[in-house]
Amino acid sequence: MSEVSLTVNGKRVSGVAEDRTLLVHFLRENLGLTGTHVGCDTSQCGACVVHVDGKAVKSCTMLAVQASGSTVLTIEGLANGADLHPVQAAFKEHHGLQCGFCTPGMIMAATDMINRHPEGLDEATVRVELEGNICRCTGYHNIVKAILAASVTMSKGAKGKAKQAA
Amino acid sequence: MYSVNYHRAASVTDAAKLVKNGDAKLLSGGMTLIPAMKTRLAAPSDLVDLSRIKELQGVKVSGKTITIGGGTTHYEVASDEKLKKACPALAHLASLIGDPAVRHKGTIGGSIANNDPAADYPAALLALDGTIVTNKREIAADKFFKGLFETALKDGEIITAVTFTAPAKAAYEKFRNPASRYAIVGVFVAKGKDGVRAAVTGAGDDGVFRSKEIEAALAKNFAASVLDGMKVPAKNLMSDIHASADYRANLIAVMAKRAVAAANA
Repeated sequence: MSEVSLTVNGKRVSGVAEDRTLLVHFLRENLGLTGTHVGCDTSQCGACVVHVDGKAVKSCTMLAVQASGSTVLTIEGLANGADLHPVQAAFKEHHGLQCGFCTPGMIMAATDMINRHPEGLDEATVRVELEGNICRCTGYHNIVKAILAASVTMSKGAKGKAKQAA
Repeated sequence: MYSVNYHRAASVTDAAKLVKNGDAKLLSGGMTLIPAMKTRLAAPSDLVDLSRIKELQGVKVSGKTITIGGGTTHYEVASDEKLKKACPALAHLASLIGDPAVRHKGTIGGSIANNDPAADYPAALLALDGTIVTNKREIAADKFFKGLFETALKDGEIITAVTFTAPAKAAYEKFRNPASRYAIVGVFVAKGKDGVRAAVTGAGDDGVFRSKEIEAALAKNFAASVLDGMKVPAKNLMSDIHASADYRANLIAVMAKRAVAAANA
């Protein structure tokens, strides 16, 4: 057992967990943050993507204790109260989801992607960069549209009151 | 996953001590080891986490000599501006590994130590005539990769860096499995001061290897056209549900030709 201390969505949290506890289980079961999903559990589908120290990672393939001391951003920390983050707003506007299971991971991966491409994104880049996120409903078209739209919104600095991704 | 004891190493010296615990394994990005533990294919008693050791991280380019710390992530290799100028082929190779989230965690040292027969970095290190630096010694890539998941590393030995001389020309081309995205065949070609080397991953039944036939053809003339109609023997190549040995043999020639064209572009 180890003490795991994290800053999650701006709040300092800690808990005791077995060393083999995966970060995604620590987030969901110890912290009650069930927005982060477990899809494949084999690091392929991306439903579990969160940001650790500002970078998108698959939280099903990282131990909670490995992340101890780090800053974690999950889907619950993206919006500012009722103000959706631009990526969330774009997914809503462009209907970038159907069943919604992959959406938290898609949005966290998309936010990371936009942060890494301040020069802007094109459709081909978005599709390549979505390699690690699987959606079984939409066929991706509206997800790609939403990410391109959010990229434009964010580059204009029109971030509203929403917090920037950590 | 079976129960495990986690240790975070503060330095390479610290890690070398911690790895003597029980049946310990070194943990870098964990992109292979953690999935293997989840499926119980690996069950170390202890994990020694190298990922917070600053001395293992970063890319250095000094004249023609390139040194990459063992704990440098694929993302850092892919996006390093100095490396993109000195050896763009290697930065490009790193950008093709896994997906963005995997590249944020996985490291060059971890990939080389694991020596997966379909991993990308072993082909690069072999073709670039690289050296693997450990906490004990330096090992030439030619003597490092020993077979499927086998390397010259001794128990508890830690890769601290890899180093190589920037090639005059180089490129990597891989034909990916459409589902796993691992290389069915990947070929790294490099033209350096000591000639041309071509290393093949994903295809050999004993892991990464140099293709004598392709090297001989390119030694005379480093041009894609010399590989027209090239026949690579299928002997000692893998056959599995993804591709037969004959298919892989053909792909080696095709990927090598594309790589030479890219290197000359």
